[in-house]
Amino acid sequence: MDYEYDLAVIGSGPGGYVGAIRAAQLGLKTAVIEKHKAGGVCLNIGCIPSKALIHQAEIFRSVPDLEKMGASVDLSGFDYSAVQAESRKAADALSKGVQFLLKKNKIDYIEGTAEITGPNEVTVDGERKIQAAHIMIATGSRPRELPGFEFDGKTVMSSDDALMMTSLPKSMIILGAGAIGCEFAHIMSAFGVEVQLVEMLEHILPTEDADTAQILARSFKKRKIKMYPGAKASAPKKTKGKVSIEIEDRKGSQTLEAETLLVVVGRVPNTEGIGLDNVGIATEKGTIPVGDFYRTSVESIYAVGDVLNSLQLAHVASKEAEIAVEHMAGQGEETRIDPTVIPTAVYTEPEVAGFGLTEEEAVKQGHEVTSAVFPYRGAGKSVAIDKTEGQVKIIYNPKTNEILGARIIGTQATDLIHELLLARRSELLTQDISRMIHAHPTLSEALMEAARAAEGWTIHV
Amino acid sequence: MAEKMLMLALSPTMEEGTIVTWHKKEGDTVASGDTVCEVETDKATMDYESLQEGTLLKILVQEGQSAKVEQPIAVIGEEGEDVTSLMKEIEAAAKEEPSKDEPSKDESAGKEAQAAQSAAAEKPAEPAAPKSPAGAESKPESKPESKAKETGVAVKQGPAPAGEETPAGGAPQAVGPEDAGRIKASPLARNMAAEAGIDLTALSGSGPDGRIVKQDVEEAMKKGMPIRVPAGAATGSGAAYGAAAGAGRAASAGFAAGAAVSATGIDEQRIPVGRKRAVIAKRLSESKFTAPHYYLSLSVSLDTLTESRRSLNQQRTARGESKLSLNAFLMKLTAEAIKRYPIINASWEESEIHVFGSIDIGLAVALDDGLITPVVRNCGGKGIVRIDTELQELIARARSGKLTPEEYTGATFSISNLGSYGIEEFTAIINPPASAILAVGAAVKQPVELDDGSIFFDNRMKITLSCDHRVIDGAVGAEFMGALKSIIEDPLHALV
Repeated sequence: MDYEYDLAVIGSGPGGYVGAIRAAQLGLKTAVIEKHKAGGVCLNIGCIPSKALIHQAEIFRSVPDLEKMGASVDLSGFDYSAVQAESRKAADALSKGVQFLLKKNKIDYIEGTAEITGPNEVTVDGERKIQAAHIMIATGSRPRELPGFEFDGKTVMSSDDALMMTSLPKSMIILGAGAIGCEFAHIMSAFGVEVQLVEMLEHILPTEDADTAQILARSFKKRKIKMYPGAKASAPKKTKGKVSIEIEDRKGSQTLEAETLLVVVGRVPNTEGIGLDNVGIATEKGTIPVGDFYRTSVESIYAVGDVLNSLQLAHVASKEAEIAVEHMAGQGEETRIDPTVIPTAVYTEPEVAGFGLTEEEAVKQGHEVTSAVFPYRGAGKSVAIDKTEGQVKIIYNPKTNEILGARIIGTQATDLIHELLLARRSELLTQDISRMIHAHPTLSEALMEAARAAEGWTIHV
Repeated sequence: MAEKMLMLALSPTMEEGTIVTWHKKEGDTVASGDTVCEVETDKATMDYESLQEGTLLKILVQEGQSAKVEQPIAVIGEEGEDVTSLMKEIEAAAKEEPSKDEPSKDESAGKEAQAAQSAAAEKPAEPAAPKSPAGAESKPESKPESKAKETGVAVKQGPAPAGEETPAGGAPQAVGPEDAGRIKASPLARNMAAEAGIDLTALSGSGPDGRIVKQDVEEAMKKGMPIRVPAGAATGSGAAYGAAAGAGRAASAGFAAGAAVSATGIDEQRIPVGRKRAVIAKRLSESKFTAPHYYLSLSVSLDTLTESRRSLNQQRTARGESKLSLNAFLMKLTAEAIKRYPIINASWEESEIHVFGSIDIGLAVALDDGLITPVVRNCGGKGIVRIDTELQELIARARSGKLTPEEYTGATFSISNLGSYGIEEFTAIINPPASAILAVGAAVKQPVELDDGSIFFDNRMKITLSCDHRVIDGAVGAEFMGALKSIIEDPLHALV
């Protein structure tokens, strides 16, 4: 049977648009259906605008540095709405960029709400029926709403609301100290907002290794960000321009009060209303179960990105989409992403990046493992640029020197991590890094030194 | 995943082979160790035994056609698998082939980068070449992961200055003659393979562009793939053998060097463990610690066999032919006994016991720096003369360090004979993947009381079978030994 399209993609986020372009490269006639804006959450109300805010927060934070040079900086005209507008500019530019890329690759971009109405059929806005040999679900996720903590957009906010906020509150309680919570704590505190960061689990960045998280916690503490790890929060009470929550930790209970409350406790997959029932795909805790090549229980339908029970990261969605699409095109050998080679990145200052098993996990899984650490301070560049906070940690097998994982905390960690990740993926050993010449002075030297630490011959400690 | 089946160097000097017969056709299932085809080399026609498993999907080199070593001759994979992409890759590689050689020839005219590259690659080859055969083993090899290995890698990448290779073995040759080009392998995989003594050239890679990665080496370790320990080395049988040789060498080396002699006359020293010794150690420990060994000894009369051998050899000498060795007789007769108890010729593979179709007997041979077990294939289907010819050729090449991994791995049964050292009885460690090894002692004249009460002096020797109890139960082992005894005592039994 001839279909109008080889592939219909639902959603144009980093899963959808990347998959669509890859499909076009492989010669598949492709349509992308998007109900909001091209680029999805990542570009419009996630990664990109938040990074624009972080960049400006860093500029703002460097005012004291300017003053050290004798300059006097007049902050009286500071207007946060200009900061926010700048972030929208970046988001809009990239969203247009995605549309341009889709067009350039001769992909039909269809605005509207899609529903799967058959194994090979998608209906847009209840009217237009699109026939496609394959369908790829890439509908992403949205902020999780906790019962009792319903978003009102002003005092109880989601990350979406916080990104659209055009004026700064005096104070903010952030519930949830994962990557998003920590990034907002960083942005808000940089602009002078009093931040109280509440986390239910044992430490901030609960999925990161404890060591690394502790370094960030120390840095936050210096910046007067109040942290309440291991604390349970009760539903907020709103009183004229204030919001308060009661938290309970080991020490007992106390009431926190602020102008706003930001609830960032994860994201829920967008799997409702997209017609999964019509084709008999059952969800598991809201996520879509998939097999190899990210294929669902219906042969012609694939699903990628935040709708799956995999790490909810833009780069994971993109890679999953590439694997799925290559399979549709009868190419590619990868069946699934190896979770130990997915980089994670937290854009606080210091930044946090890592991949692979943490030392604790590796030991639990029975790996022979140890770690080597090198402090940022040992790399001359970090002293020169006054960013000495942080460390590089390589988790490796002491017998084979195989690199099992790595954690970097410090300035530019999210860019630096890839040297180690490439090493892991290519099965390079610590000696491949320790013996490679690294330019001086760079922060990358800290990676070389960490690798040398693994072999017991660090120079700069 | 479908993979290429490559032409292997079936003899050390082989550069090209002609397929004489395909024993398998497209669609046939191939098990590891199956003879897939016969290949005519520069020396002889040899069986090509598969190191891979799966379904033969495509024959690339037809009967009568020839292929260079390392060139694909077939494609093997899962039944019904799509091989179009692999075929494209093969075709593309075939087209590239002629141009590959150019950079080295073009060197003078060529681009700087290429010249620099090949120069860099050639340079490290120098120190490797003139290594003296003796003493190479005992030289401290600095750090295991450092220079030595790097040199090895660099040599492999080089444009293979074949003419410069030193003829005599001794020094660990990083490049076997079969290494035509560069082997793509991750550093981790290289180290693991070196550690386990696995020959990278025999593996096919599952990484990007066929790169050999950790997983491939791990699978090979599980399956028991070709061990590479170039000049003479070990697949490990007869622990006593290697240890005795090692101790002797160490002592004499000490005296020769005139090192400070302690009060006891023995100079204390620490001998660095070379790669061969490390492999011997690893393989033997693995076997001894994982396979539950037990031992069955009995004594056999050698009179009839000795007499038959003497008369046969007399005739051969008269015809100007060489004498047949006792080991060749033992190998043939053991093979005949194995035919009656095939379970002796089997391997423990966790979920199943693999009873081999061919009786491939390895014979432990002592070398200056370890031991090696050259394997005579299909002893059940060959006569003593043929077995002996092959055995002598293998031993000669083992001593000069020229055995290819295919020639010293995968024995389905082994024999270790310490009779010539006067050892009367000993036990040996099983040589994987086999499940049994026969330890042969010296022939000793012993008084035997005959039925009539008279005393008769008989030439007897003790043979001891080490069995892996996971595969061979005591009763079966005992019955086999009984059969072997009667066959050795009266070789006519072999015909019954």
